[in-house]
Amino acid sequence: MRKLFKNLAFGLILLFLYAPIFVLIIYSFNDSKIMGSWSGFTLKWYVMLFQDRYILQALYYTIIIAVVATAVSTFVGTLSALGIYQMRSRLKKPYLFMNNIPVLVPDIVMGITLMSLFIFTGMKMGLTTVIIAHITFCIPYVILSVMPRFSRLPENIFDAALDLGATPRYAFWKVLFPEILPGVTSGALIAFTLSIDDFVISFFTTGNGVSNLSITIYSMAKAGINPKINALSTIMFGSIMLLLIIINFRSEKGIKQI
Amino acid sequence: MKTFKEYIAYPYGLWMIIFIAVPLLVVIWFSFLSNPDFKMGEYTFTLDNYKEFLDPVYLELLYRSFVYAVIATLISFMIAYPLGNLIVSLPEHRQNLMIVLMILPMWVNFLLRTYAWMVLLSGSGLVVKFLGLLGFTDATLLYTQSAVILGMVYNFFPYMLLPIYTSLKKIDPDLLRAATDLGANHFQMFVKVKFPLSLPGIVSGCMMVFMPAVSTFVISNLLGGGKYMLIGNLIEQQFLTANNWNFGSAISMVLMTIIFLVLGIARLIAGKEIDTGGQIL
Repeated sequence: MRKLFKNLAFGLILLFLYAPIFVLIIYSFNDSKIMGSWSGFTLKWYVMLFQDRYILQALYYTIIIAVVATAVSTFVGTLSALGIYQMRSRLKKPYLFMNNIPVLVPDIVMGITLMSLFIFTGMKMGLTTVIIAHITFCIPYVILSVMPRFSRLPENIFDAALDLGATPRYAFWKVLFPEILPGVTSGALIAFTLSIDDFVISFFTTGNGVSNLSITIYSMAKAGINPKINALSTIMFGSIMLLLIIINFRSEKGIKQI
Repeated sequence: MKTFKEYIAYPYGLWMIIFIAVPLLVVIWFSFLSNPDFKMGEYTFTLDNYKEFLDPVYLELLYRSFVYAVIATLISFMIAYPLGNLIVSLPEHRQNLMIVLMILPMWVNFLLRTYAWMVLLSGSGLVVKFLGLLGFTDATLLYTQSAVILGMVYNFFPYMLLPIYTSLKKIDPDLLRAATDLGANHFQMFVKVKFPLSLPGIVSGCMMVFMPAVSTFVISNLLGGGKYMLIGNLIEQQFLTANNWNFGSAISMVLMTIIFLVLGIARLIAGKEIDTGGQIL
């Protein structure tokens, strides 16, 4: 009885979470252009997706922005976390305070403040400004996920490595880096996810015909989204599922081997 | 670790000043200026932007944003807390699977998922048809207040679940067992032991839902059909269509003040710092 109730609860919540996603996937195979009316199975949207330059370009911008923002913010964030960790508290406080602002301030306020800055300084709104904005809101998350790793380290671990004859570079890569790596990876993952999914900040800081997937979808939403977008998100969701299944399968195999 | 000097963080300090501090100060400064004649460079210092906000139309809008966000936060909590308890009671590997299943939808674009709800809730959508079968004919769901709140709950619910799950998982089961051994009944055990221990997770979960919910303009635009303007819509409108940046800046300041007030209250409840799974708020 208890078990039945538990499964029912899980079933209901998963239905709630996945219903919209199933809708998106099902209508990517719909012959009609209108979501909500079913008129037969087709794969034509998948074919047309790869001929639609507008959507492919949005996808391209989304990926470029996310890759650049993730790379820069992971690199700068990790180094800065190391620097902030070494700071005397007089400087440390304002650093952490400023670093927290993008996390605390709503997206829309971040968006309009950056937009005001770019317009005031006469910067041309486009790919560069979006990337700058994404880096600005990604670095804090990298720092917040790397910092705890430094605080957890034994205080003299680096000096110990040097005393034992390691060069600073060797000690960094062999001693320090492996210790902080989990924090760096999760920071990079958070940055990538945030950047890919961001709409609000990109919406305010873009211009010049540069639009990522979110902006494209938003501009379509009122009039009805083209099923090509459904096809694209089905492909993206499918690949993530596949990736997770592979990871899960491999880790299960690993457990069995031990 | 004296080999690494603090100056490797200086470039980022400069970056933060240029792209975080200065823009924010510009907007604060902006909120105190007005440009009545729309002439370039003729700005005067004024509090008019804030006074304008005291108009009942805008106050109602502020009130609505606040109420919607609070309702969405409460609903998310009421789903996430029992659910978190259920997940914690599962065997370890099933727990991880469940958490992954709960987060996975977030990998589909946020706007697309909201759009899918527009399809589901529309007059010919599945939800309306299902309700029709149950006897609730001609129910309108799309472009209602409930649709906006549903969109908030749907989109921000995982942010509530994760910190609650983490804090529940951290509770030592021996503590709960000790409470029952010492004579506490189920209710007392919950009120006196389990709930206080999970409070930090609850508070950070509530913040993580409240903050995006109170400032959204996308959900109200799509699922409310523009009928239920929230404070986020007003800011967007002032900046992008009305072109009254000074008023827009003042509203942004009001929004930020609300968020920092709520954050302050949350800190009082949860103790010193709010841990949201790695992020300190």
